[in-house]
Amino acid sequence: MSEIQVWSLVFVGISFAIYLTIAWRSRVKETKGFYVAGQGIPAVANGAAVAADWMSAASFISMAGLIAFMGSDGSVYLMGWTGGYVLLALLLAPYLRKWGKFTVPEFVGDRYSEYVRLIAAVAAIIVSFTYVVGQMRGGGIVFSRFLNLSIEGGVAVAAAIIFLYAVLGGMKGITWTQVAQYTVMIVAYLIPAWTIAQKMTGFPVPQVTFGQILAELDALSEKFGLAQYTEAFAARPQIDVFLVTMSLMIGTAGLPHVIIRFYTTKSVRGARFSAFWALFFIGLLYTTAPAVGAFTKLNLMQSVDGVAVASLPAWVNNWAATGLVTVSDSASTIGTLSNDPESGADLIVNNDILVLATPEIAGLPAPIVGLVAAGGLAAAMSTAAGLLLVISSSVSHDLYFRVVKKEASESRRLLVGRIAMGLAVVVAIYGGINPPAYVAQVVAFAFGLAASTFFPILVLGIFWKRANAIGAASGMISGLVFTASYMIYTLDVFGTSEHEHILGISPEGIGAIGALVNIIVTVVVSRLTAPPSEHVQEMVEGIRYPAARKQVTADE
Amino acid sequence: MTDSVRESSPDPGPPPANGWRQEYWKKNLRLMVVLLSIWFVVSFVCGILLIEQLNNIVVFGFPLGLWFAQQGSIYTFIILILVYTLRMDRLDDEYGVAERDGEGNRL
Repeated sequence: MSEIQVWSLVFVGISFAIYLTIAWRSRVKETKGFYVAGQGIPAVANGAAVAADWMSAASFISMAGLIAFMGSDGSVYLMGWTGGYVLLALLLAPYLRKWGKFTVPEFVGDRYSEYVRLIAAVAAIIVSFTYVVGQMRGGGIVFSRFLNLSIEGGVAVAAAIIFLYAVLGGMKGITWTQVAQYTVMIVAYLIPAWTIAQKMTGFPVPQVTFGQILAELDALSEKFGLAQYTEAFAARPQIDVFLVTMSLMIGTAGLPHVIIRFYTTKSVRGARFSAFWALFFIGLLYTTAPAVGAFTKLNLMQSVDGVAVASLPAWVNNWAATGLVTVSDSASTIGTLSNDPESGADLIVNNDILVLATPEIAGLPAPIVGLVAAGGLAAAMSTAAGLLLVISSSVSHDLYFRVVKKEASESRRLLVGRIAMGLAVVVAIYGGINPPAYVAQVVAFAFGLAASTFFPILVLGIFWKRANAIGAASGMISGLVFTASYMIYTLDVFGTSEHEHILGISPEGIGAIGALVNIIVTVVVSRLTAPPSEHVQEMVEGIRYPAARKQVTADE
Repeated sequence: MTDSVRESSPDPGPPPANGWRQEYWKKNLRLMVVLLSIWFVVSFVCGILLIEQLNNIVVFGFPLGLWFAQQGSIYTFIILILVYTLRMDRLDDEYGVAERDGEGNRL
């Protein structure tokens, strides 16, 4: 076993022991504990849990590498995945918390009608499943690189641990575990970032110092046949950058596994503060990511610039074994670099390895590499757990009890919730081992779906009393059909062929237009049909004020 | 902290004329619109629509448009939510709709 493997094993082992201890201490006996953690989570802890839930294997492992190669246009992810929290904090979180139930479809059911709730429950399950598959895969990759397990074995180990703490503790166990996972993840991200910033610029705050190397990075990128880092719209046209950013923001605010976290706080005020802490914690990683991308790319290029193939640094060979780094057979010295396997460049580096390989590329010691492995696993597992809870609650709470069995005892509800969670884990393992051909595109689907279905009808449901059930149902369906059609038209999924992007709009960006379609249809149809009942309008009025106005202060 | 506010809040006024509700809601909406305009300007205007023009200004090595897109917008988002949260606390107190436990402490 190499030194790196030993340290990986140490950090992964310690972190797993912590997660399981937390799970045992926060096991639950009631459905309220299982679904919304008894609504007793303090705002800071909830913020950290939201951050862990939100930042997936994609944020931790892939994002910095993606930005390194996309350059300026990588901003779509940075702004898109943080700006959504402003929408969430101002437009959704406090109101949904005031209304206070267990799931997102449940709000839809109360506000509109039971059949709209069913549409929402099915949409929530589809969105969460597409997402969870990518997480299982991410966990599997970390295991296979650092612990020499097969990807299948890695997926199974990660899933077994998640199953243990999610089934035992439900939302309560998941939330407290996620607080620990956030800590592991952020430490594992920041330590290498600080070290590399100190090494390259003499000052350990990467957010401030990566400006200094941009000129050098641009010059070297050009030499290697890549676009300049600071050049805007090199990777995507301006209209697409705009729409993708908007879609990711709206999609973020509409993802059920994110929204549901704001149900777990003690109060409406707690929900607002949670949103603040969540974005604060997320911002720590997201403002560091472009710096890590820029530093590592510069470091990487400097270490191979004009070097003979025979004397390349050791990390090239370590990673070549995973197939994620390849050196062209025809090259004798390295003169060109790319992240695209089709490019024919001398050295081809996959986006996904940049963060995991950062410590090796920068020559940092083995314990730090091990720490990064534990961080990558924490990112993948925390997100998967949150998603599995949404799937389980949608299946058991919104489908089973609404449709199959309306009167059920507390213990039976809890049992069905746990069984649904178990089934979801099994399906997720299968999905992680046999992922659909294009995981990245499937994730684009999840965001597009969330943006074009949930977000518009939730916001209209809160801010416009006149929105009614027929309006919401037609809005969701037309937003969904519009978005899905364009995605199927432009991507080669489901055996369809790929077509040109219309007006340069990529499938990732179509969700914003789908959301607009949804809003227009909901408004027009609601206007043409009868307004919702007095009772529903009263309810909408009620969620706008955190508490009844104080007339009597003493409460029995 | 704000015990005095609580003591003075009971409003014995005649059958609840719901005027305060509209006022509270209007203030909430006004705050929201202001904050969302800033949200739009830092990200979509500075980071996307005007990025090329702003990139001509370089601060600490960062072309300004790029800085807004990859750093400045995120800092602004965090501050926006904090401002919203603090202002809403004040608004809730002003209208006596803050959630409090039996002792009058914030929940």
